[in-house]
Amino acid sequence: MKTLREKEKTIFELGGSGKRGMDLPKPEGLAPAAISGPCMRGVAPDLPDLSEVEVVRHFTRLSKLNYGVDDGFYPLGSCTMKHNPKINEVVASLEGFKWSHPMLPYGMVQGTLKAMKMLENALNEITGMDGCSLQPAAGAHGELTGVMMIRACQEKKGNSRQIMLIPDSAHGTNPASSAFSGYEVKEVASDETGCVDLKALAEALDENVAGMMLTNPNTLGIFEKNIQKIADMLHEKGALLYMDGANMNAMMGKARPGELGVDVMHLNLHKTFSTPHGGGGPGAGPVCFREHMAPFQPTPVVDGEGGYHKLNWNCPDSIGKVHGFYGNFLVILKALAYILSLGGNGLEQSTEDAVLAANYVRASLKDDFHIPFDVPTLHEVVFNDKLQEEFGVSTLDIAKRLIDYGIHPPTIYFPLIVHGSLMVEPTESESKEEMDYFIEIMKKIAKEAATSPELLHDAPHDTPVRRLDETKAARNPVLRYGGGKQ
Amino acid sequence: MSRFFPLSDDDRREMLRKVGADNIQSLFSSIPENGQFKETLNIPSYSEQELLNVFRELADANTPVRSFAGAGVYAHYIPAAVDSLASREEFLTAYTPYQPEISQGTLQSIFEYQTYMCALTGMEVSNASMYDGATAFAEAILMAKRAVKKKNTVLISDAIHPHYRKVAESYLKNLGITITAIPTVNHRIEMDVLVTALENEDVFGVAVGYPNFFGIVEPLDEIAAAVREKAPKAMLISVTTEPLAFGLLTPPGEFGVDIACGEAQSFGNYPGFGGPLLGFLTTKQKLVRNMPGRVVGQTTDVDGKTGYVLTLSAREQHIRREKATSNICSNQGWCMLRAVIYLALLGKTGLKELAELNHRLAETAKTAISKTARFKVVPGMSFNEFVVRSDADLEDFVEHAVVNGMFPGVRLSKFGLAKDEMLITVTEMNTVEDIHRLVELMEAAK
Repeated sequence: MKTLREKEKTIFELGGSGKRGMDLPKPEGLAPAAISGPCMRGVAPDLPDLSEVEVVRHFTRLSKLNYGVDDGFYPLGSCTMKHNPKINEVVASLEGFKWSHPMLPYGMVQGTLKAMKMLENALNEITGMDGCSLQPAAGAHGELTGVMMIRACQEKKGNSRQIMLIPDSAHGTNPASSAFSGYEVKEVASDETGCVDLKALAEALDENVAGMMLTNPNTLGIFEKNIQKIADMLHEKGALLYMDGANMNAMMGKARPGELGVDVMHLNLHKTFSTPHGGGGPGAGPVCFREHMAPFQPTPVVDGEGGYHKLNWNCPDSIGKVHGFYGNFLVILKALAYILSLGGNGLEQSTEDAVLAANYVRASLKDDFHIPFDVPTLHEVVFNDKLQEEFGVSTLDIAKRLIDYGIHPPTIYFPLIVHGSLMVEPTESESKEEMDYFIEIMKKIAKEAATSPELLHDAPHDTPVRRLDETKAARNPVLRYGGGKQ
Repeated sequence: MSRFFPLSDDDRREMLRKVGADNIQSLFSSIPENGQFKETLNIPSYSEQELLNVFRELADANTPVRSFAGAGVYAHYIPAAVDSLASREEFLTAYTPYQPEISQGTLQSIFEYQTYMCALTGMEVSNASMYDGATAFAEAILMAKRAVKKKNTVLISDAIHPHYRKVAESYLKNLGITITAIPTVNHRIEMDVLVTALENEDVFGVAVGYPNFFGIVEPLDEIAAAVREKAPKAMLISVTTEPLAFGLLTPPGEFGVDIACGEAQSFGNYPGFGGPLLGFLTTKQKLVRNMPGRVVGQTTDVDGKTGYVLTLSAREQHIRREKATSNICSNQGWCMLRAVIYLALLGKTGLKELAELNHRLAETAKTAISKTARFKVVPGMSFNEFVVRSDADLEDFVEHAVVNGMFPGVRLSKFGLAKDEMLITVTEMNTVEDIHRLVELMEAAK
């Protein structure tokens, strides 16, 4: 189909004046408008008028320029692009939920509050933690919330500590979240096994350290084997352990952070718990914590005492609010639907299949692509372009060539501690056939790199647009239609 | 076996063989023995059919009523085309557009959204979305702080949404920024009070609502002039919870505000108990490198074809880490998509008509309520929200109204404000009959 390969004009080049894509009721007997003076808009915003069919065609065509997880393999490491069950969307679209208003009296939103409590309980069971706040709207927002809780906890103890420790393999949101909580970031090196170097930790750790943000399994897919020891070391100095739970898909039913010494952590519902990523959100980043951190959680807190649900705003030690209301409720519903579809056994099976899939890909490609850290991994595997470098082929070329074969590239150039990394996370949602196809294509690309590297340099060949000039975009920013020098 | 798993037991056996593992548990041997969880997670499972019943029961436990609730989250009609188009899997199940060659649908939608938001607010640049209005507000203050170095005080009007203020407090308290309130009288800033507040030489930012939390359209022209005169270096931030108002109101950009931010849930997104919402943040071109969040720019590909990419990422956490302009990563992409589809359907004509319909319905309610014995409208030019004051017991009044199938408005005491006031919001979802019914209930209030 030609439409699949065509560019689509911007909506501002379509339409005209006097058409409508939405019609309105026309009640009679209304009072006249009463806006006047300098605040009365003189010139209406210059928006195109379009009929419904034009809008439908435009966005349908745009959608066809995209690739979603329903289209195929999407091994974006650390993003856990698993299947998004269709029932999730049905559940979140029930009238009683989608129209529920956050300022209604509690008696009118009992179903909503109960659903929130059900998810909190399920997440506590999965993580082995004691409490949970659903308020953070995304993973990084959860990190910020958790680090704010650490700060509040330390200050309550009278400690004005200044430093947050972060391993060098961490995601960029970790240091950014720490900085936005007023902490100075101190990086801790990884050792030759890809885990936190305990010696480096011991050297960095003093009475000025408020806590440590640890991703587990880390961004190399490696379980931090010393996590309990790390927790002990921190606790001994009065510091707290934050766990970035972005990779929780590797440990459901296998280990619980609450039993490993973690004080506070976040989960990404749009990763581990199957809610769709929507091209960049909305996610949800619940924060789970041990009992001693509970006083510092965001307000309000869902209270289901005695079967009647309400919101408790009276939490004097709380960090306060981090969201205008109570978090991304409709996303919360989708995650709850997923968890209750699988149950305890099913969640564990997800983890087992995800880890098996990553190890299968690893075993199948280990002779074709270099693995910088040759230690056991869980849900993802990091390769790099070391074997391809001699042909002048880079990770970027490999990624773009995958697109030619209809596969979404893995995460590239992350984690930063690996040069030219290719981070593959297949998840439990891929059939063996789909993985075998990926493996076959990766082997083929490894051969192409040696024999016809230009094929990789020029890739992708058959997409609506080809490699884009990102330098030009940044140097001369055109950020809206008609803006900048087009 | 769950319907979500495509691997058969034969597949699993074959894969284990390839891996060289005897059994699945051996793949988890990197987890220390004493840290392994040996039980089964205590969570029940349901078939799809049963699951739907579980959720229907929960949804039915919410009470449906006619409602005049607003206060930051608005019920507007959502055309069927919004749900239909936004649920296309290519949009819904895609990740953040890191691979632009196969993400032009998402990227162009963001570019179009940015253009719509600039047109609505009269600003030059928009980011790709924030979590919600409250966090957009907090990040706008941090942005202003970055733009005006060496000053540490932000003035926040008391007529800004109390939840936004709370979120800003959480965000700012660890960063050494002082918040000073601009007190209001009858929910409006008095110019001489503002002028006095501006005498503080430490001010880097001034934040006012437009329309404000109480629905009042404050004279942004006068406010802007005062800020320019008294604190020329300070950033003026306007905060809007109901941007549909920009169909009738002069956009903040025309008054020279530096950052216009707020909540755009009104555009094609359901109330959803307050989430997911859609924070917007727009600004001037010259401030773009201080802006938080993702932004999409136009460029060309190797063949010279026009295309779109995430750009100016040197501001962001994945490049700058602790020096980034924000820690935000995932934002509200899909809510943004719903908004741009909605705005496309609305168009220039629809925007004006819908804004007028909301405003005139609200004016109709104001007029009728003014004639009641015990409820008075707090004066002020407003869009679709306004405050009423009453000597009746408002808690009883709301309870009585709810029993009669009507939620009459949000009591301000829910925000720790006046006990004798409530905020009433009227949108196109309310009929003239609803308004009559509301007035009847007010007439009957004890």
